[in-house]
Amino acid sequence: MKLAILSGKGGTGKTFVAVNLAAVADKAVYIDCDVEEPNGRLFLKPTDTKETVVTTLIPQFDGTKCTACRKCVDFCRFNALVLVKDKPMVFTEICHSCGGCPLVCPEGAITEIEKPVGVVETGQSANVHVVTGCMNLGEASGIPVINAALSQDLKDSELTVIDCPPGTACSAMESADYADYCVIVVEPTAFGLHNFKMVYELVTVLNKPCGVIINKADGEYHEVEKFCDEHNIPILCRIPYSSKLASLGAGAQVASLYDEKTAKLFHDLLTDIKKEVHS
Amino acid sequence: MRKLLILSGKGGTGKTTVAAAFIDFLSVGAFADCDVDAPNLHIVTEFTDKPEQKDYYGSQKAQINQEKCVGCGICEDACRFNAIKLINGKAQVDEYACEGCSVCQFVCPHDSVMMVDDVAGKQILYRDERVFSTAKLKMGRGNSGKLVTEVKNTLFKSSDAEFAILDGSPGIGCPVIASVTGVDLVLIVAEPSVSGMHDMERILKTADILGVKTAVCVNKYDVSPQTTEKINQYCLDNNIPFVGKVPYDIQASKAINAGHSLASVDCPAREALKTICTNTLKLMEEKQS
Amino acid sequence: MKIVIPVNENSNETTVCASFGRAPYFLIYDTKNQTEEYVKNLAADAQGGAGIKAAQFIVDSGADALLTVRCGQNAADVLNAAGVKIYKTSSDKVDENLKDFAEGKLEAITQFHAGFHGRQ
Repeated sequence: MKLAILSGKGGTGKTFVAVNLAAVADKAVYIDCDVEEPNGRLFLKPTDTKETVVTTLIPQFDGTKCTACRKCVDFCRFNALVLVKDKPMVFTEICHSCGGCPLVCPEGAITEIEKPVGVVETGQSANVHVVTGCMNLGEASGIPVINAALSQDLKDSELTVIDCPPGTACSAMESADYADYCVIVVEPTAFGLHNFKMVYELVTVLNKPCGVIINKADGEYHEVEKFCDEHNIPILCRIPYSSKLASLGAGAQVASLYDEKTAKLFHDLLTDIKKEVHS
Repeated sequence: MRKLLILSGKGGTGKTTVAAAFIDFLSVGAFADCDVDAPNLHIVTEFTDKPEQKDYYGSQKAQINQEKCVGCGICEDACRFNAIKLINGKAQVDEYACEGCSVCQFVCPHDSVMMVDDVAGKQILYRDERVFSTAKLKMGRGNSGKLVTEVKNTLFKSSDAEFAILDGSPGIGCPVIASVTGVDLVLIVAEPSVSGMHDMERILKTADILGVKTAVCVNKYDVSPQTTEKINQYCLDNNIPFVGKVPYDIQASKAINAGHSLASVDCPAREALKTICTNTLKLMEEKQS
Repeated sequence: MKIVIPVNENSNETTVCASFGRAPYFLIYDTKNQTEEYVKNLAADAQGGAGIKAAQFIVDSGADALLTVRCGQNAADVLNAAGVKIYKTSSDKVDENLKDFAEGKLEAITQFHAGFHGRQ
């Protein structure tokens, strides 16, 4: 079973839910696809870690073959190429690695070389195989790192939990698309509801079944439940705001390992999700 | 026009809550929401009139003529973004994955691919005596950097206010980088947690690479006074002004749920935010002289 | 000598544009013939790499110098490779800048800002 944990809004508790679901399972794979700010490993503290560099391809020009015809410069839709004094130049942060310029060059003067854009770390934390995607600072897109992280899922994994980036941009879609079922963590506030509606749209477009966890419930705001009711979205559980949980979280501790009530909550939640997925 | 940008690194630390409070404290007449993926500021800015809206065009996207397509699959193999799949013997483009590179058009032997304009979102401009520029990027779209730049430019063109506040987005990627350029100061709202501090360090390093001045405040500091102290020390060690801390306050979500900022609610969080606002302004004035 | 200035309108009442890569127009001034030419900046609508595309245009136009309020690092790399000098404008008036340039009063730009990253 592959679960994507999404939120729409940042800070609602995706990582809290994701690491705890992984921790209470018999065996699990946890994949952190929030490659701009990966946090799961701070909680799970994996050991025996291995790192692989993630690269994309960028063009390299052979000056002996290049005739300065400019076909590559004119083809590039991202304006990553220029021709100055009859020599092509590439701007690597702008290049999308589409592979177009080597194809259009009539002289075969363009080959592709690798450029590092991030790393994927794998390690073990008790029953959890921990995979963390981490994008290099200054890179504009995390997609190659997300794909590299997802490829580290174990083939025979009974439970894979994917911790997704916040929002509904391409990185969130890429991460969620890998899953069979989406768990949306919602904060019961006006901001939370607004962003929840957006991520619900994403999940619908991806055609994934989903359920909601209402986290940090600390007031009387009922709009989230109303929306779920109107759209037949199952509410998997409600977790009240607790300064104890906030404090454990602040200290990067996996709450289920320190608090029996929380462990039971996540055990039951995992069972309920399995039931939902198989129904 | 002097510009203050509010960022965080980690999501959910309280950027929009802080931005909205500052806007009301200072009666700021020009502000923008640069979190074009998930904009929230409009929820607490109380405009009554309908805003102006404008389509935002992103990169062109590939479209395959289903009659001309013979299903040879050459485009599917050539696409680096997994944006083309053969469905019922014809190639179809996934609009969310397509990056508009046009390699498929180049390799297609049957001239079946067209590059077409794509509305990737919309720009929104609210006006009363204030001007508020925001936008919403369509789901799954990229090019958020350019849209953020448009949101900022629309604000600067539409207002001659002396001071503007920009509510930023989480992370360190494209929309954040685009929001940082040209601002006078970036205020980081940090969360006092291991994750929050980790993310704060990444955004501070990113801001440093971009050559812009920063300051830090901590929100919900009483969740972990020890980590708050660590953040304070980190700032001291790195010559980054630490401008204050805000206690966790249930009044914050109450105000937001009622559709307004904390500025009108008499509570501890408001008092703390007022101090941070004063300190931040002082910093901006110092940098000017 | 050919001088390029990014401008807001395509007439001589125009002011200098604060952006280089996304300026609506470029003024190309030929000092020898004292002629003015206003050209639309095709890079203004670019999704990404606007500075780069604009710099390519400047290089292709045979310009010797660019007078601008600011310039990005990427555009600067292109212009430096081509030997085009980059100067900071002294005001938002075209005439004043051309005069100051002719009198050697304009300073070269040494600080460039990072790219705005138009990509996804």
